[in-house]
Amino acid sequence: MSDHTVAAYDNELKELAGSIAEMGGIAERLLVDSVTALVRIDTSLAQTVIVGDIRLDGVQRRVETDVVNIIARRQPMGQDLRELVAALRVSSDLERIGDMAKNIAKRVVAIDGHYHPKRLALGVEHIAELALEQLKAVIDAYTDKDVDTAISVRARDNEIDAMYTSLFRELLTYMMEDPRNITFCTHLLFCAKNIERIGDHVTNIAENVHFLVTGEQPADDRPKHDESSLTPVDFGART
Amino acid sequence: MDAMVKEQTIRSVPSEGFRPSKVVAKDVDVYYGDKHAIKSLSIDIPERSVTAFIGPSGCGKSTFLRCLNRMNDTIASARVTGRIAIEGQDIYDTSLDVVQLRARVGMVFQKPNPFPKSIFENVAYGPRIHGLATSKADLEAIVIASLKKAGLYEEVKDRLGDSGTGLSGGQQQRLCIARAIAVSPEVILMDEPCSALDPIATAKIEELIDELRENYTIVIVTHSMQQAARVSQKTAFFHLGILVEEGPTDLIFTNPKERRTQDYITGRFG
Repeated sequence: MSDHTVAAYDNELKELAGSIAEMGGIAERLLVDSVTALVRIDTSLAQTVIVGDIRLDGVQRRVETDVVNIIARRQPMGQDLRELVAALRVSSDLERIGDMAKNIAKRVVAIDGHYHPKRLALGVEHIAELALEQLKAVIDAYTDKDVDTAISVRARDNEIDAMYTSLFRELLTYMMEDPRNITFCTHLLFCAKNIERIGDHVTNIAENVHFLVTGEQPADDRPKHDESSLTPVDFGART
Repeated sequence: MDAMVKEQTIRSVPSEGFRPSKVVAKDVDVYYGDKHAIKSLSIDIPERSVTAFIGPSGCGKSTFLRCLNRMNDTIASARVTGRIAIEGQDIYDTSLDVVQLRARVGMVFQKPNPFPKSIFENVAYGPRIHGLATSKADLEAIVIASLKKAGLYEEVKDRLGDSGTGLSGGQQQRLCIARAIAVSPEVILMDEPCSALDPIATAKIEELIDELRENYTIVIVTHSMQQAARVSQKTAFFHLGILVEEGPTDLIFTNPKERRTQDYITGRFG
């Protein structure tokens, strides 16, 4: 697409794209660090995540202010308008991803000092790896305005949901096996749910990439495979 | 709750599906001497709606607008081919009364041009020469009704004898609209009606257009894309004498199909 006749308009849009990219980078970092801190029960790494989320919130506020100013001054149309609406929504999703990571980090501090065998956290580590892959892919798709990648990210969210459903059952099993595991596993359950929610925010971003490029929402319904709400908790003895 | 829903359905026009066509143009070409100003243009103008023509200077939008009431006839070098029909009737048919046509299809210009007569006489002139009033009282009723429909009556009711040229720019333009309405047109053409007006006067005219479209078919040429986006239900983008794209206004401005349209509306032209 050619440049705007008024160069300052182009500069403003570039700056906005830069802010979103910055938010994407911070969100990725927070996700990685929060899960590392969880696996190691590293409270000082957890603290950097909590502080990092504050910075992410600051960038999001800046994005909102910039978008409102551009709309007021430039009266954007067509793709410019969709880009601004998408930037507003995507920045909100990235900010929520940061909140999820911060929530995980806070639990590290809570777990510290309790019984926390490392092997119990492997499932959470695993689901976090997939969520991170998805997050990186969707941020690239947004930067490159790549609809095809966005659609495949959206479709792959069902893997995270399926992983979460099985992790739910796994953690319940650990809790039933040994009551000493209950505190740690309850926190792990919340962490797993946070990561599943990160997957949902990634899907939102993917849908916004589709909207930005094509002007429409994706045609089919978003796949949903989180069946944890249907998982029975059975305390009966089985041999 | 029901009343609210009903109010909304009366005011809004669905973005897909226009009202039936009032004016149909098919394969219209316009030449000024050797200059080919409009190239093979076909478009439907839906009734009792606002259709906006947008495009850069010299693209032919005003030229095409003037075809709809045969104002181009007054230009010696102009030649129009093709078919333009209002409710099925070809307006370039040689048997058609052009003066009658220009009462049916009224026009408002960029620079307000009231007659150098009183406010009353400005509006009464048209009905009088067309013989639309049976008595003095009838004529007065037509003038007052037109001034009310144009949203001017309250401001001038105590000074109808004052000169029309003594009004402010915005008032003069509303006087010109009242003048056009007084001869009971079906279509009102507006060629950049707000270009010479301040933002408040512009807003009043836009409000007026919103009310008028319930009863009249309106075609507006405008340089302001925001105005086209605000007042119209259908928008047509012209470039170098060609109709590049037309469609529901909300789609043209949020998701146009053509690259040239996108470039123009986002300020990437030139």
